[in-house]
Amino acid sequence: MSSSDDRESILSRVRGALAPLHERAAMPDYTTELAVMRQMMGSRDALVVFAERLALVNGIALTDPVALVARLRENKWLHGYCDPALWPALAPHFGADFKVETTYDRKRVDDYAFGITRAVGAIAETGTIVLNDATTSRRLGALTPWVHIAVVERAKIFSDLPEAVAGLGQDTNVIWVTGPSKTADVEGILIEGVHGPGVQIALVV
Amino acid sequence: MRFQQIDQFAAELKADTRAAVYDGSKKGHEKRTKLLFDEYADPDRLRRIAGEVKQHVVENLDTYLPQVEAKLKANGVIVHWAATAEAANQAVLGIMRARGATKMVKAKTMVSEETELAHFLEKHGIEALETDLGEFIVQIDGDHPSHIVKPIIHKNRREIATSFEENGLGAYNDDPQTITRRARHFLRHKYLEADVGLTGANFVSAESGRLVLVTNEGNSRFCLAATKCHIAMVGIEKIVPRDYDLALFLNLLARSGTAQELTVYTEFISGPKSPTQPDGPEEMHVIFVDNGRTEVLASDCRDILRCIRCGACLNVCPVYRQASGHAYRSVYPGPVGAVLSPLMMGDKFPQKADLPKASSLCGACHEVCPVNIPIPDLLLRLRNRAKEENVPSPGTPPMGAWALLASQPTAWRASLFGGKIINYLPTKLLPIPALRAWEAKRSLPAWRGGEFRKWLKTRKGRANVSPPAPSRAEAKKAD
Repeated sequence: MSSSDDRESILSRVRGALAPLHERAAMPDYTTELAVMRQMMGSRDALVVFAERLALVNGIALTDPVALVARLRENKWLHGYCDPALWPALAPHFGADFKVETTYDRKRVDDYAFGITRAVGAIAETGTIVLNDATTSRRLGALTPWVHIAVVERAKIFSDLPEAVAGLGQDTNVIWVTGPSKTADVEGILIEGVHGPGVQIALVV
Repeated sequence: MRFQQIDQFAAELKADTRAAVYDGSKKGHEKRTKLLFDEYADPDRLRRIAGEVKQHVVENLDTYLPQVEAKLKANGVIVHWAATAEAANQAVLGIMRARGATKMVKAKTMVSEETELAHFLEKHGIEALETDLGEFIVQIDGDHPSHIVKPIIHKNRREIATSFEENGLGAYNDDPQTITRRARHFLRHKYLEADVGLTGANFVSAESGRLVLVTNEGNSRFCLAATKCHIAMVGIEKIVPRDYDLALFLNLLARSGTAQELTVYTEFISGPKSPTQPDGPEEMHVIFVDNGRTEVLASDCRDILRCIRCGACLNVCPVYRQASGHAYRSVYPGPVGAVLSPLMMGDKFPQKADLPKASSLCGACHEVCPVNIPIPDLLLRLRNRAKEENVPSPGTPPMGAWALLASQPTAWRASLFGGKIINYLPTKLLPIPALRAWEAKRSLPAWRGGEFRKWLKTRKGRANVSPPAPSRAEAKKAD
C-alpha cells in the first residue's frame, strides 16, 4: 500500500470510529495563567529570578564578561568557538592565552572547549535560555563544546512559560535549554554533560 | 494452580532487578508530588483541563489530522501516512534509500519501539543507532526498554559496565560518570557521520505545525544539528490544537515524568532548517502512524489516547513496582500499557487480555495522570470485554466448590460452623499454602462464621452493634 492509500485508510477508520459519538468533547475554555508557577515572579526583577532558577538546575548566570573570562581561564577552557558577530565586542576581554575561532569545523568537534552564541531570549521562572536558528550562528557550536555560553539580552527575559510560548515567533527551530545536558538513566544518578554541554552559562548583557 | 503470566514473571524476577525498579519508580513519584503541589495553586485543575483538551483532540481527530497535515506541508515538510508498523518502517526505508543514506542516528521514540524500526533497518543494511543513553544500552544488550521514560530502570551499573566492556567501549568500569563519558565520546562521532536523524514528537500543534520534542541529554538536538535529513515518526494522537496549549502540557509533562520543571531541551520544530543556518536538516519528513490507534479510538477506552507518555502511572503503580516493565510483554508497560497494549492488538486482543487484571484498582494511576485518564475504569471495561469474548483466564482460582456451597443453605451453614476449626489449627497446618505464607507474618482474623446471621436474628435496634472482630491470636488467647 502506498502512503496515500494509508492516508485514506487511516482517515476513514478515524471517521468510522468517531461516527457513533452523539456528542464530541468540547475544547475547554481556560487561560494559561493556570499554568504559571505561583509566587515565582511577584514583583521581582526578571533577571534576579532567572539567575536564581538557572542556579537550581546547575546553570550559571553572569553579567560581566570579565567574570566569564576568569572562569574559563580558571578551568583551563582556553580553546573555543565564538559567533563572529559577537567576537568584536568580546575579544578585548580575552587574553592571548585563549584560542578563539569564529568559524566552526565539524571535523574537529572535540577541539572546542567552549562555544559562545547568541540567545534570542530567556525564561525567568524556569531558568531557561531560548535559542533559535536566526540568532544561533551554528547549531553545533552551541551544542558540542563542553561549555556553552549564551549571550542573552536583559530586555528579552520572559517571565513564564505561557509568555515564552506566545513569543515563539516564526523561526522554524526554537530550542529552550534549561541547564546543562543531563541524564539519570544509570541507577537514577544525575550526570551532567551527556551529548550536549556539561556547563551552561548565560551571559546577560 | 497456574498463575497469571504477569504474576509468574514477578515471582521469578531477580531480587536486584526488583529493587532497582522499585527504588527508581518510587523516587520519581515522590518528587513529582512535591513539585506540583508546591508550585501550583490548583494542580488538579491543571490535570483536568489538560485532559479535556486532549479528549477534545481525540474526539475530533477527523478534523485535526487534515488540518495539521496542511500546516506541515505549508511549512515545507513532506508528510507520510502509515496504517501499520510495517508501513511505517517501509516509509523510513524508502526515504533512506531515496537519499542513498546508510546511517541513521535515532532519538528516543516509543513509536519506533512499536515498529521495531532499528532492528528492521539493520536487517536492510542500514545502521540505526540509538543515542539516548538508556536506549543505547538497551540496543547493545539486545534488550527491550522496561519503562517508557527510563528505559533501563531494570539494570544496575554493573550490568551496564559489563555490556560496555563486551562491546568494545573500554575496560570494565561501573562509575556512572565514566559510563556516560564513554557514550558521549562514542556517539558524537556517530552523529557527525550519519545522514539522517530520526525522532518522535511529544506534541504537534495543529495551529502552527510545530513539533515539540523534549529530551534531557541533548541527543535529539544533536541528531538535528549534525544530519541533513530529519524524519519524525508521530502517533496520530499527538496533536494539540494551539501553540497556546503547549505551555499547559509542558508544565505537566516533565513534572509528571521525571519531576523536573522542564526537561533540559525543549525543541519547537516547524520545518527544515532556516536558510541562513549552516547546521541541520534541509529535508524534513513526518510519518503519521496508526498501528492500532484507530482500534483504540473505536473502542469505549479511547480516553487512553490522551496519554502524553510521562510514565507517572508506572512510577506509582504497586504492580509495576513489583513486576517490572518486561512483565507486561508489551512496548507500553504499567497501567497505561495494561489498557493500551491489549487494545492495540486489534483482533489479537485475547493474547493480552490478562494485562487489565494486573491491577488492584487502587486508583493511584488516575490520581497522578497529567491528563486525568480514568485508568481503573478503563481496566474494568477491558476485563468485561475479555469476559464477554470468553477469553480463557488461566489464573483465576476455581470457584466451583464455593458456588456449590453458596447455593445450598444447609451446606453453607454447616461450612460456617465447620470453619471454626481454623481457629484451633496450628499455622503450619493451615490448608492453603498462600494462607500459611500470609499467616507467617500476620495474624489471621478469628473465624466467626455464622455470627452475622445470629446478630441479624436477634438484633433489636440500631444500637445493637457487634463488637469489632478479635484477631485470631486474641481469640486463641481468650480460649
